[in-house]
This record gives sequence, structure tokens and C-alpha cells, in this order.
Amino acid sequence: MIHKSAAEMAKALTNGETSSVELTQLHLDRIAAVDGDVKAFLHVDTQGALDQARSVDERRKSGEKLSPLAGIPLALKDVLAQKDVPTTAGSKILQGWLPPYDSTVVSKLKDAGIVIMGKTNMDEFAMGSSTENSGYGPTFNPWDLTRTPGGSSGGSAAAVSSFEAPLAIGSDTGGSIRQPAALTGIVGVRPTYGAVSRFGLIAYSSSLDQAGPFGRTVLDTALLHEAMAGHDPKDATSINAPVPAVVHAAKSGDVKGMKIGVIKQLQGEGYQKGVQARFDESLQVLASLGAEIVEVDCPSFEYALAAYYLIAPSECSSNLARFDAMRYGLRVGDKDGASAEAVMSATRDAGFGREVKRRIILGTYALSSGYYDAYYGSAQKIRTLIIEDYAKAFAKADVLVSPTAPTTAYKIGEKVDDPMAMYLGDVATIPVNLAGICGMSLPAGLADEDNLPVGFQIMAPAMQDQRLYQAGAALEAALLTKWGAPILSQAPALKGA
Amino acid sequence: MSSLSRDDVAKLAGLARIEMTEAELLELSSQFGLILDAVARVQEMDLSGVKATSHPQPLENIARADEVLPSLSPEAALSAAPAQEDSRFRVPQILGEAE
Amino acid sequence: MALPTYDEVIAKWDPVLGLEVHVELNTKSKMFCSCATEFGAAPNTQTCPVCLALPGALPVVNKKAIESTILIGLALNCKIAPYSRFARKNYFYPDMPKNFQISQYDEPICFDGYVDVEIETDEGLKQFRIEVERVHMEEDTGKSLHVGGATGRIHGADYSLLDYNRAGIPLVEIVTKIVPGTGKYAPEVAKAYVAELRDILRGLKVSDVKMEQGSLRCDANVSLKPIGSDVLGTRSETKNVNSLRSVERAIRGEMIRHAELLNEGKKVKQETRHFQEDTGLTRSGRSKEQAEDYRYFPDPDLVPVTPATIWIEELRATLPERPSLRRKRIKEEWNVPDKEMAAMINADVLDIVEATVLLGADPTKARTWWLGEISRIANDQNIAITDLAITPKDVAELVALVASGELTDKLARQVVEGVIAGEGTPSEVVAQRGIKVVNDDGALMAAIEKVCAEQAETAEKVRGGHLPAAGALIGAVMKETKGQADAARVRELLLGHLGQAN
Ligand SMILES: [Mg+2]
Ligand SMILES: [Zn+2]
Repeated sequence: MIHKSAAEMAKALTNGETSSVELTQLHLDRIAAVDGDVKAFLHVDTQGALDQARSVDERRKSGEKLSPLAGIPLALKDVLAQKDVPTTAGSKILQGWLPPYDSTVVSKLKDAGIVIMGKTNMDEFAMGSSTENSGYGPTFNPWDLTRTPGGSSGGSAAAVSSFEAPLAIGSDTGGSIRQPAALTGIVGVRPTYGAVSRFGLIAYSSSLDQAGPFGRTVLDTALLHEAMAGHDPKDATSINAPVPAVVHAAKSGDVKGMKIGVIKQLQGEGYQKGVQARFDESLQVLASLGAEIVEVDCPSFEYALAAYYLIAPSECSSNLARFDAMRYGLRVGDKDGASAEAVMSATRDAGFGREVKRRIILGTYALSSGYYDAYYGSAQKIRTLIIEDYAKAFAKADVLVSPTAPTTAYKIGEKVDDPMAMYLGDVATIPVNLAGICGMSLPAGLADEDNLPVGFQIMAPAMQDQRLYQAGAALEAALLTKWGAPILSQAPALKGA
Repeated sequence: MSSLSRDDVAKLAGLARIEMTEAELLELSSQFGLILDAVARVQEMDLSGVKATSHPQPLENIARADEVLPSLSPEAALSAAPAQEDSRFRVPQILGEAE
Repeated sequence: MALPTYDEVIAKWDPVLGLEVHVELNTKSKMFCSCATEFGAAPNTQTCPVCLALPGALPVVNKKAIESTILIGLALNCKIAPYSRFARKNYFYPDMPKNFQISQYDEPICFDGYVDVEIETDEGLKQFRIEVERVHMEEDTGKSLHVGGATGRIHGADYSLLDYNRAGIPLVEIVTKIVPGTGKYAPEVAKAYVAELRDILRGLKVSDVKMEQGSLRCDANVSLKPIGSDVLGTRSETKNVNSLRSVERAIRGEMIRHAELLNEGKKVKQETRHFQEDTGLTRSGRSKEQAEDYRYFPDPDLVPVTPATIWIEELRATLPERPSLRRKRIKEEWNVPDKEMAAMINADVLDIVEATVLLGADPTKARTWWLGEISRIANDQNIAITDLAITPKDVAELVALVASGELTDKLARQVVEGVIAGEGTPSEVVAQRGIKVVNDDGALMAAIEKVCAEQAETAEKVRGGHLPAAGALIGAVMKETKGQADAARVRELLLGHLGQAN
């Protein structure tokens, strides 16, 4: 049962073949069996999950009309506040914090009857691309436990790819959903900025952050997308418009006549051979399905990484100022008449990891007087140019495509001491965040040289998220026919399974 | 090549309220050369006449009505406080005056 | 060297002012969240994830606060920006939960205005124009209570206790351009400016403007330059100025302090100073090792404010009359003597008297009631006159009852007491207490005859032409009619009865 898709599980629930309690227990058992190796979860809420499952079962029994994913278990990235459940954003500074409120995403999940099994590991405050920056140790890639699952939503991606959960939620500030989806062989979507409420999402970079769904199929991902998206008056940057018809698009999956733009700047040099090969192959598949492939030029993308590593650290230096040991979280050094200022500084030293400190200092510098125009100001202008590049490209194509990440999953420890090498891994995903548009990563097969998953990225204009699903579903179906079985069936079995 | 001296980093760490050991200051100042070179690429293009974008979506005038909704109970508000007294957050002595 | 006298200071130095006034708006909910804003609530009962800066919480701006700020800008003759934004002002302080204040920086909502004030000078009444540079929106901080140490002050405290009820209350900051040319009148001009602002804000009904409660706070920048020089001196910024009188004292004190330093060839330090109510002096804030760098940037959680012209014009149409013009008009229309006008302003009854007049009462009568009997009761009970249970409508009704002869002034005072005691409107009090003027001549004559019979000797004296003796008889008749008779009518009838028609 746990190897089925969420849509299939939902059908089994509707038919009475299983119950939510049974389904949830199966996944909790799977977590107990394999998470000692994968370390996807920071907290498993066994009791809360079973209670929630029981309540959905009762509602179903009483004949209530339930939403499509009611009773399906899910893994939640620890960046989203959940009332009375430990929420840390992967940071020691928030160890033991129990939010007195639910994030809007969590409220929507609860309303939909989705069973939240626990909180997943992540790079501290979502700063990183390998989940190695977690304050609680790394998560391991189920395809090869010596490798990273990507990040920052590595825990959520690993949970779904190791069948600990059929669905998960991540957040994507510079690629943190799409890149781990690519590295673990699953589907991940970063919705349009403003399509999913950020209320209760612990902020890294406010103008770039966006929560989104993970699934093992395009349809599952669409079902979760629909459940979590929508306007929220508690988020002033939330878009007041209907959720695009993503489920319908995922079901109809068709690219006939669709114009697909290949971004010149996001391929070739710098991309692993096996990654490029799978990307080219997927393009051919799309062409064979009747899509028209065109090449588009986005010259300012060359500066996207630089702009990102100014904007995100600048915003984070301000967003993370609230972690000061006064109202909640860790407090260090409060003795012998130490001043509030000294306690703040000692706590922030002890509570933040190296990457977080690095980005706070970089952002403090970029915003400081005398440097603002040269750094933050210039980065915001690059952002405008990237938006314009996208506008021109979308005038020629319905969706744009690229490999999701330049490489397959790398070894744990390989890049963690080389921030610049780590940052380069986000080169293909970051432009989407800067422009506030939407993007999907779905499996394109395994790289020949290492037999590890490769991700295929699809990008669409703001609030045209359904196009991702339309093209993604078509490609997924064609590749499945070609492979004969889902890509995850090729992953090695985990101990305890 | 850009760089930040140990003292520059110390000043930034002070602004950001992060206590740092000598070793951390030196490590960061040595890493910053490379990072700053990379991010300084934003200055390579001619950006004159280009507008700055701080919001990815062109939203304006989002406001809420002036209505009161229930607050947290003081117990909930103080539930995570490292220290409290008389329904207030207890914090170490404050040295400077407020702004 | 002794402190220079004020006269010595102004003989040599020319003061330059700059004033920053913070006003707490009286919206029902906070600037960026839906918590209540009640003054004096129990600690931390008006807080939520947003105003406690819990991880993940987001601000959403209060529309009423934007509207109030635009009204203030319009009332101060400002231009309203077609595009303005919120920015984050980053600095760490325990009373500020996010460790940044959401404020406005280079894109304020209102700019380029002015306020004219009039003060009494040696050459008579003189007008000064204070130019307003900007009016912008921001949020207040929490309140800290310093525990331990001798004085409860921040210095020497062992620890502090924080209440975040005030954190996030909407603040409007009104910043003047530098104000040169006030000469020796600088302290009075500053005081008059703050007083005028207070009256304008009160007229707009956007703030409680209570300096003692901190809903109106003034920071005063002062610098001195040698008379005739164009070069500005170094300024100090004085905070905690919590009354109109303190504005004047603080500026005078700083002028003297600066002059002393400069006379001795020392430099004035650019710093923040704190006004001390007890001594009238300012004290230096802790000097920082390094200048603050607020690292302002546009708040990415909020979107631009771009008020439509039509909305601005709708708001402009609702602006009340400017307080100075209104005072002038009322004085002329009602023909109020200077002293009485000053008394009304002092007692803060102008609004309520005007409301009474608008309901048809004679201005002099309305003024007399409010300034006299009702003010006296408010003083006795030690509450604000507006908090008494008597309204302009009640007083207008009362004035009408007296005018129609249904009440005497004396009876009307009893009615006022009844209304204030919560017994209802004047007519209801009259009915319930059975108060009425006895103007039935028959009943009066019966009482007069009875009294004259009882006090035949006195009646005889009156009949004999000794009129002063009538007083005792009138008093007895009044007593007989329980004070409800019109004394003048009693006198008339009595004298007629005793053959002494006047
Ligand atoms: Mg201010
Ligand atoms: Zn609040």
C-alpha cells in the first residue's frame, strides 16, 4: 500500500479498502523502520497523526463529503508553524519551541483532513542545498545513504522518495523544493509567488520564499498543490485570485501544439554529462508528443546567482533578527549581571550555524550604508532584467525548460566547506524565485555515470501553474511507458524494508 | 578582488548581534573575498535607467479593516518565554536607552 | 564659569529648531495586526504572533491608519505621495519584538507641508511658519519596566520586564524642516507648534493626543549658531518631552547648555539626550561605540501604498475647520470677551459648547452652563467634563426650558444634578422629580393669603409701605410652594395683594 500513489490511496480510502488509521500506521511503521538511516524527520507526531486519522475515518463513516486527500498522511517541512508541535526551522535557536498558532498552510491541510505525521529536516532556516546545514544533523539520500538528498527541503524529499510519506510539503526560496525533488527522483513544485500563503512559514527571504508540494507523481503533487494554495488575507503578498486548475491539467496532460522554450543559458557547460543527456532525451520525448521546441535567450540569467546571494542574505539578516533570546527560543549566557545585548549576542552565536551566520553577515554588509546601492540596489535591478528576460521568453513559448540541477546528488561533506561550490548548484532554479514565477521538477531518468536521478525543470508564468502540470503529466506518462515502471522502483531497497 | 578585513567582519557581527571568536572572524573574513567577488558581478552590467524590483508581484494597497480580533491569552503569549515575571517577559538588564 | 543667563545666550547665539512629533493613532486595532489598542490593559493581553514577532508571522497594514495619516498630512498642508512604501529600520532593542521597526524611509506618505502658529512677542502678536518635511507611518514599541536599582530607571536596573501591549500600535511621525529665525522666541514657538498640532489632531479625531499618556510625544532638536552666521551648529536631540511646558523648558535648557559649551570653546556632541521632568535638565543617553546603521530597505512583507486621487479628495472634503480659524470665528460669532474665550479653551469646553449652540441654545447661556455649574461638578468629581453623563443635547434642552419659563435657574441646577446622576434627560428629570414652576396664580394667591394670615404683623408692615419686610413673606410663600414658584411672580402678586403695586 505505501508504494501506491496518494491518488490511489485516496481511492482505497473512498472504497473502504483501507482506513486512514491503517494507512497512517503503515507509514509510521515505515518511518520507524527506515528513518534511522534516512533521518528525514526531526519530529514524528505519532499520537497527533493517529488522532487526526481517526477523526477523518469517523467523518467518512458518518457519510460526510470529504476533500480528495482526506485521510492521506503527509510530511511537513519544519519551516511551517504547527500549533503545539515542535517547530524549529532546523535551528538550535528554536529547539523545543511550540508555536501557539497554526500557519495558514497547516490550517488548510487540517481542513482538508490531511494527516500531518511530523516535521522534516531541513537546512537551518532553509539556507542551504544539501540539508547538511541542519542544526540536528544531515538527512541521507535514500538512493545512496552516503549522498545528500539536496536541500533545503531534503527531509521532505527523502521522506517521499523512501516511502515514509506519499506527500510532503517543502519551501523553495532558491530551488529548495525542485532541487531535492531532482536529487531524490520525485516531483516537486514551487508555486507562483503569492499563490500559497506565507503566514506561519518561518521567513528566510520574504520576497523569494514560497511553500509547495512534493509527490511521487504529477497528479499527487497537483492534488496537494490545490489543497494548500489560495488567497490569505493574513499575508499581504498573497494573490487574490482563484487557484489555477492544476488537478485538471495533471489529469489531461497534453503537449500537442505546446511551445516549449529551451533556455540557452541553462544547459551545456557546467552540467554533468548524464544530466544533460537525460534532459535532451526528455526534450525529444516532448517533441515526439507534438510539442514545438524553440530556443530562448535569457542573457541576464548569468547574474541571477549573484543577485540572489545579495537579496536573500539581506532579507534574512533582518528576518532573523527576531531570534534574540528575549521572548522565545534559546537563551545563553544569562548570568552574572550579563546585559540583554550580551545575552542576545551569545545566544545568536550559540544558536545559529555557520551558514546562517555567513548569510546574516553578508546581508548586513549588503544593506549597510554606503554599500546599499552597489549591492542590494543593483541586485534589485538585475531582478528587473530577469523578469524582462522571462517576459520575452514567454512571448515565444508556453513553458520554459532546463535541467533542474547541474549535477546529481553529491556526497555528504563534499561541498559543505566550499560555499561557492554549493551556491552554484542553484544556478538553474534561482531565476524562477527572482521573477516570482512557478516551476516544477520531475524525474527524467538516471544519469548513466552514477545511476542517480536527474530532474527536468519546467517553468511557467505567474499564476499559470497549470501549464507545469499539463506538460509535466504528458512527459511523465511518456517516460513511464518508456521505462515500464516508476523511476523509484530502481532505487536500492532500504534496510528494514 | 574584494575583501573584508577582520575588523570589518567584527563591526558587522556587532551590528548583527552575533558574538564571534577571533577564529570565526578570521575565517569569515578570508571566505568573504570569494563570495564578494561573486556577488559583485551584479555591478558588471550597465544598470542605469533600470528600475529596482523588490516585489515579484505587482500588488498595491493591500490593507485590512480596522477590526479587533481575539489576541493570544497572556499564558499562550508567554508560553515560550525563557523567563517571565508578573505576566511580563523577563529579560536581562538593558544597557542603552531606546531609540 | 557660571551658566549663562537666557538673555546672555540670545544676545550672542541664534537657535535653530527641528521637531519630531510621534502621535499614537486611536485606531481600534494595531498597525499590522488585529490586537486591541486599549490603554492600560493587563500586561501582554493584547498580543498575538504578529506583534510578538513569533517566527512565521506576517504584518498586514490597517487601512484606517493609512486614512488617518493622510488626514493628518492634509491638515498640515502636505502633499500626498501617489506612491509610498514601508521600510524596515533595523536595530536591536528588547522592546521591539522583530528587532526592526516597520517605518517609512525615503518614500513617506505625506511631505512638504506647514503649520502657522501665533505667539505674543514684544511687538505684539506675531505669526511663525513651521515647515513640515514629512509625515510618515510606523509602529510603536513595547513597554519596559526596570526592576532593581534605586530609581526604577534603566541605569542600575538588575533586569527588565516587558509588556508588548503597546508594540505595534500605529504611530505617525511628523518631522519639521529646520526652523530658523525664531530668535529668543524659540521655546515659545516650539510650544505653540506642539499645541497647535495637538489641537489639529484632536479636531481630526485621529488620536487621543494625551501627552501624559504618551499618545503625543515630542523630540526636540536644538542647535546654536552665532548671530548672523549661515553655518549650522551641532544639534542635540532631546527625547521624553512629555508636556507642553516641558517642550519650552527643554529647549530653553538646551540653548543654555549649548551656549555654555560653545562659550568655553568646547564642542556640542551630536547625541540623544533625555529630558528629566524633575530637574528640567537633559541627561546624555549612553553614547554608542559606533553610529547606528539602520540598514533601511523596503519591507518585502508589505506592498506599496498608492492612494487614489479620488480617495484623497474625499478625505480632504471631511477635514474640519483649522483650530486657529475656528477659534477666531467663534469668538466673533458669539461675541465672547477675551477672558471668557481663554477660559473656554483652558477648560477644553469649546467643542461641547459649540455642539450645544448648534442644537439651538443661546451661546452665552450654553457657555455659562458648561463653564459654570457643569465644570464645577466635573471638578468636584475630578473627572473630565466630557465624561459626565450630560450631553450638549441635555444642556440645549435645559436652556430652552428656562427660556420658556418652565424652569427657573435655581430649579435648572437641580435638573443638571439629576441628569448627571443618570436620571435621564432634563424633561425626564423634571417629570420624575416633580419639579415645576408654580405659575397658577390661583394656587399662589391661596399660599399668599395663608402666609399673610399667619404673619399678619409683617403683612401689616408691608401694607404700611415698609417694602423690605416683603422678603420674609416671599420666602415663606416659596417654602409653601416647595420652591417651585417663580419668585418674581410671587413678589408681584404679594405686593398687589397688600396694596403696594410696583
Ligand atoms: Mg520614527
Ligand atoms: Zn497583535
